[in-house]
Amino acid sequence: MTFTTTISGWGNYPQQEAQLLTPSSCAALHAVIKREGSVIARGMGRSYGDSANAPKVLQTSHCDHFVEFDEKTGRLTAEAGIILREILKVIVHRGWFLPVTPGTSYVTFGGAIASDVHGKNHHISGTFGQHVKSIRMVLGTGEVVTTSEDENPDLFHATCGGMGLTGVIISATIQLLPIRSSLINQKTIKADCIEAACEAFEDNSSTTYSVAWIDCLAKGKSLGRSVLMLGEHAESGGFKIDIKDPVSIPFNTPSALLSSLTMKTFNGAYWHKANHNHTQTVPLMPYFYPLDAIGNWNKLYGKSGFLQFQCVIPKDDGIENMRKLLTEIAESGEGSFLAVLKEFGKANINLLSFPTEGYTLALDFKVTTSAIITLHRLEDMVVGMGGRVYLTKDAVMQEATFKATYPKWEEFESVRDKYGAIGKFSSAQSKRLGLA
Amino acid sequence: MKRVLIIGAMSAIAEHCARIWAARGDELYLVARNEAHVQTIASDLRVRGASSVTINCVDLNEMDRHVELLDAAENAMGGVDIVLIAHGTLSNQKSCELSVNQTLQEIQTNALSTVSLLTLIANRFEAKRDGTICVISSVAGDRGRASNYVYGAAKAMVTAFTSGLRQRLHKSNVAVVTIKPGFVDTPMTAEFKKGLLWAKPNMVATKIVIAIDKKREEVYVPAFWWLMMQVITMIPNKIFKKMGF
Repeated sequence: MTFTTTISGWGNYPQQEAQLLTPSSCAALHAVIKREGSVIARGMGRSYGDSANAPKVLQTSHCDHFVEFDEKTGRLTAEAGIILREILKVIVHRGWFLPVTPGTSYVTFGGAIASDVHGKNHHISGTFGQHVKSIRMVLGTGEVVTTSEDENPDLFHATCGGMGLTGVIISATIQLLPIRSSLINQKTIKADCIEAACEAFEDNSSTTYSVAWIDCLAKGKSLGRSVLMLGEHAESGGFKIDIKDPVSIPFNTPSALLSSLTMKTFNGAYWHKANHNHTQTVPLMPYFYPLDAIGNWNKLYGKSGFLQFQCVIPKDDGIENMRKLLTEIAESGEGSFLAVLKEFGKANINLLSFPTEGYTLALDFKVTTSAIITLHRLEDMVVGMGGRVYLTKDAVMQEATFKATYPKWEEFESVRDKYGAIGKFSSAQSKRLGLA
Repeated sequence: MKRVLIIGAMSAIAEHCARIWAARGDELYLVARNEAHVQTIASDLRVRGASSVTINCVDLNEMDRHVELLDAAENAMGGVDIVLIAHGTLSNQKSCELSVNQTLQEIQTNALSTVSLLTLIANRFEAKRDGTICVISSVAGDRGRASNYVYGAAKAMVTAFTSGLRQRLHKSNVAVVTIKPGFVDTPMTAEFKKGLLWAKPNMVATKIVIAIDKKREEVYVPAFWWLMMQVITMIPNKIFKKMGF
């Protein structure tokens, strides 16, 4: 049940030769873990960088079963390898939704926990892990344990956001969100500079979903001009959900398609197309997962792949600092196709979870040496601002940056040590960041 | 709502077909070897919306139990509308070459047990003049190759048997659908390196369910295998015997 192949994260960078271990069921999982040396669990390979890269990866594709769903209470138990898209097919027409969802439905349930993903409602609902009631996982010893807020809580808070480094999740239980309709009332607000954007987030902090597309290439007075998209679940309209298979881009496109001129045009057009204060009702899938309609948009960046940079900076001096970051990005001329700005709510107590209160910015860079240098420069700026970079997006962060910005990393290591994870679970990323 | 009997429910292809039927609210009867694993599958199908899921664990090589098995399925669901036969093993060609017993065992599992089931099901469906029988054969049955001719020979038998059965049952309003998958990425093929020719089981299952809905005859999945096999079966033996695939 193994073979060797080249793997990479969603950014197609870095790539690695890896032995793929694919247990045929969850029951076969712990035998594999007991037998093998160091592995890392891998689901859809949708983290951007190298967090699911390792010489040996444990593919969870066949651990993709629902275990139990209580339609009355909205408690759902499923195996780790099931993808959120499959969950949506089952829950939405019964009046439930994911309490927190990332921007793609092509991530596994286990991956969402390991990355402790956030969504457009972070300021209200926190992260994915905050809705997880319990996790069943295999430890490095081969032992199967249950962990929750009450049972082995140290392991729970290390596993949510723990990038798969504490063990392998078999299944988990999550509390879903009741909805009255599968439609979303969306409101668009145009903000012509960064101040206006941050103010708009402030003014709409009671709105459930909020996110902004930010034009990173705009300079001067327009620096940080954004289109804010606010959303609320509609009160009526039925529970229709249309989950289609995406259109795929069959090959890597010439990266000239993403030259700075095309990007400038795209970003500019997006800004001019948006209508200020425009309200419309949209279906759930395109609202939450607009890019899922194109199967592998990552190939738009060509063979060399791309890097994603997502940071969060504290609210204090947040606008001024965001201006500095945006200026740096605009000057590098390498900024991206997709740039997202959002205001985060309070941090949780998970040891390596990314979100902290403040502003988060996410954008892509085509992989080039100068882009990596730019990213390191941005990283250093973020450290100076008291912020941090998201591990799920990261492929190039330096060890010192990680250790300075994730102060609970030592506690994380001691939990890993306690539960037999050291030497058993590691990724290219964990090695790069200096974790044991 | 259909009543579907799935023989070999642990096969990844069959499981993905079952997921589609479950989402439609169909009644399912699962036959498989491994009790624990089929329980996992059954719970999954219930959550996905199957109106009922019944499990029966038998070793299909015990052919004298086939009648009992079909009776049990009919009783549990009050009849059967669709049968999907998907059980099988991917023979280890090398060890078959060294052992008559193992070769015959593979033929038994992949062909004879299916022939036994088909004979019984055909008579039942013929009598009620209704029903669809779908059997997973393989492109490997279209031409024997050095690398897996034991498996291929068994599948060739299944293909020929279902072809005849289709003719016989046509006038009784019973459809016989033969599916010929190419390479599918399942636990059965976990040790093979996957390339461009490999299909995902959910995609293959979607095509199978459509083929059953439309009562198709012989279906290659993915469809490009039809062309590939046309070419492969046309190669003269003089040349074919020297080829190394």
